[in-house]
Amino acid sequence: MERTKIDLWVGIFVALGVAALLGLAMKVGNLTSNNLGKTYSVSAAFENVGGLKPNAPVKSAGVVVGRVADIKFDSKTYEAIVNINIDQRYAFPKDTFANIYTAGLLGEQYVGLEAGGEDDSLKNGDKITQTQGAVVLEKMISKFLFNKASESESNSEPATATPEN
Amino acid sequence: MIKSNLLNSITRLLIGVGHRMIARVWRLGAGARLFFLTIIYSGESFRRFHLTLREIYFTGVMSLLIIIVSAFFVGMVLALQGYNTLQKYGSSEAIGVLVALSLVRELGPVVTALLFAGRAGTAITAEIGLMKTTEQLSAMEMMAVNPIARVVAPRFWAGVISMPILAALFSMVGVLGGYLVAVPLIGVDSGAFWSQMQANVDVRADIVNGVIKSVVFAVACTMIALFEGFDAPPTAEGVSHATTRTVVISSLTVLGLDFVLTSFMMVV
Repeated sequence: MERTKIDLWVGIFVALGVAALLGLAMKVGNLTSNNLGKTYSVSAAFENVGGLKPNAPVKSAGVVVGRVADIKFDSKTYEAIVNINIDQRYAFPKDTFANIYTAGLLGEQYVGLEAGGEDDSLKNGDKITQTQGAVVLEKMISKFLFNKASESESNSEPATATPEN
Repeated sequence: MIKSNLLNSITRLLIGVGHRMIARVWRLGAGARLFFLTIIYSGESFRRFHLTLREIYFTGVMSLLIIIVSAFFVGMVLALQGYNTLQKYGSSEAIGVLVALSLVRELGPVVTALLFAGRAGTAITAEIGLMKTTEQLSAMEMMAVNPIARVVAPRFWAGVISMPILAALFSMVGVLGGYLVAVPLIGVDSGAFWSQMQANVDVRADIVNGVIKSVVFAVACTMIALFEGFDAPPTAEGVSHATTRTVVISSLTVLGLDFVLTSFMMVV
């Protein structure tokens, strides 16, 4: 009698635990959205991947179509080789353009695919040739400052020259 | 004269420290031996599973209330405090991520282990300590019943089974508590709350790692409680000291292990 009551409570306890784990996996985690089903793999060489990480989303028109499988460094070309798994349902032309974008101002980085116009589509193991790497903030700022400096130099040269005369 | 006095007191200090260190190492070895004996003799706790079931009832089911209530409050406080800071950066939708990640990765396993040490660990130590004081363990040995197989192992496995369940419940209830504060009370969008959470919480890197942590903490906490009870001097004072040590050592071990495990899991 006593034992069956304990059995019942332990059963409820274990069921609650399983429900909590399932709830964590389904509702809190991304078990459902992370599964892409069948994928095909393409690679792309970037001059700079910035903060791109494995498992980062690959988006086209803002929709997640795949994920970054891994990122390697090619010591011959000094470029980063990014392997991408794309969902089998989505076909992209061979001349698709791959960019590395940042979500928001400081958000995570993702690969954006812009479809080209060719008839043949990318197959497993293909390489995306047209790429643009991540924008490095320091480079952009230094370019901006350089431009500003050269601008003000060319503007102020005649101005400083006249009062001295 | 003064010099030799100073030298004397330093020597005595060093001897004291050395004795304490040796005693600690001795206890560590005894604890490890008990751990291996528990593993070796744990067959009976599965063959006669009702023994373990009874202990799961006492350590797990009876801890449900404290775990659920504290998880609820922890989740609510996390949401309130997180909102305070996130709102300054205009990203109050990320509150779901903040609550879920801190619960699943850290607070779920750690706070559950601390509460478990206080709620169930002390009970285990006191029970076994008293069994030893009243010579029940010796009586078992006289009857050719192995007290490790009959008393220690079922409690060990009950703790190891209960704690991950409790930790998962803690995380889930905490997230619900955070939801309750963030969405109806503060007015964060419900869709953004869940979708941002799902986009940033990884099943393998976050949830499974949390479960691994709670299993490790379960082994540590239960084993410390069992050993302290088994090793307690058979007096009222001895049992009370052992119970105190259970809480102190379990808490410190959990926090230390948490750092070690986190640093292992952070490797990309």
